[in-house]
Amino acid sequence: MQIVVNGEKKIINEKMSLAELIKELGIDAQRVAVELNRSIIDKADYPKTILKENDSLEIVSFIGGGEIGR
Amino acid sequence: MDDKLIIAGIEFKSRLWVGTGKYKDFEETKKAVEASGADVVTVAVRRVNITDKSKENLLDYIDPKKYKILPNTAGCYTAEDAIRTARLARAAGVSDMVKLEVIGDEKTLFPDNEALLEAAKVLVKEGFIVFPYTNDDPIMAKKLQDIGCAAVMPLAAPIGSGLGIRNPYNLKIILETIKIPVVVDAGVGTASDAAIAMELGCDAVLMNTGIAGAKDPLKMAEAMRYAILAGRLAYKAGRMPMKLYASASSPLEGKIGG
Repeated sequence: MQIVVNGEKKIINEKMSLAELIKELGIDAQRVAVELNRSIIDKADYPKTILKENDSLEIVSFIGGGEIGR
Repeated sequence: MDDKLIIAGIEFKSRLWVGTGKYKDFEETKKAVEASGADVVTVAVRRVNITDKSKENLLDYIDPKKYKILPNTAGCYTAEDAIRTARLARAAGVSDMVKLEVIGDEKTLFPDNEALLEAAKVLVKEGFIVFPYTNDDPIMAKKLQDIGCAAVMPLAAPIGSGLGIRNPYNLKIILETIKIPVVVDAGVGTASDAAIAMELGCDAVLMNTGIAGAKDPLKMAEAMRYAILAGRLAYKAGRMPMKLYASASSPLEGKIGG
C-alpha cells in the first residue's frame, strides 16, 4: 500500500507499524518527531500505531540553524 | 561573582547563546559552540532526509545532555506553521523551550508581530517556555511579557546583517519597561556589538552569523565569549559618567618646578 513520507510517495507492507517504518528508514526514533495526518504521535505510541493506505507522515529532526529565518 | 541568569526556573551557565546554522560542517559547529562557552544552542526543525540515510544528525555533535537545546521556528511565515513546528520540536523530546519566530518578510526577515503574539498565546497556554524573536519595540515586549513569555528576544539589527546594535535606546526602554529577561537576538556582527548589548543591561545575547560568518569562526566564538563576560561585568560595575572636559587623574600637588 502507498503512504506519503515527507512529501514523497512510499510503498510499504500492509499493517506496518510506525515503529517498524522508522526502523526500516534507518532513523533513530530518539532523534525525531512524527506527525501522522497532522497529529503528533507520542514516541511511546510508535509500536502500536498501524499505518493505513494514503497516510501522510512528517518525520522531522533538528538541523543547524539559528537566525536563518528561512 | 554570583550573577546567575535564571529564566523560567532554568539556570543558564552562559549569557552567550548560539545558533548552529551556516557552518561548513557539524564538526566546525561543535568546535565553535565549545569555543563560545555557550550552554544554549538553538536548532531548526526540518524534515528528515529519508532517501539519504547516511546523513548525520546534529544532536550527535551537540549533546542534549551537555547543552540546553532551544528549538526555533525559523522559516515560519504564519502563526499556524510556527505553532505546528514548535509542537513537533517538543515532541522530539529534548526541550520544552522554543525560540518563536514568525517571519513577516523575506527580504528583511523582520517579525510579523501580530502573528507572533497569536502564536505565543497558544504556545504559552500549552506549557511551552516561549522565547519570542521580536522587533526592538517596547510596546510589543510588554505585550509578550503580559501573555506569559519567559523572555523577549528583540533584534539588534536584521538577521544575519551584522550591523550591530542599531537602536540602543529602544533596548534601554525595553529593559526599563518589562521585568522578564531580555535576550538580544540577531544583528550582532563583532565582539564590541555583543559587549554593547551587555553593557546596556541585556540579560544575554543570541548570535549565529556573527560567529559562523567570521573568517575564523572558532576565534570569533572565543572573542564573543569574552565580550559577553566583559560587557556584563562593565554593566555590573557601573560606568563612570561622561564629561566634556578633561579631569586629571594624577594629583597636581608635589609637581616639580611649582
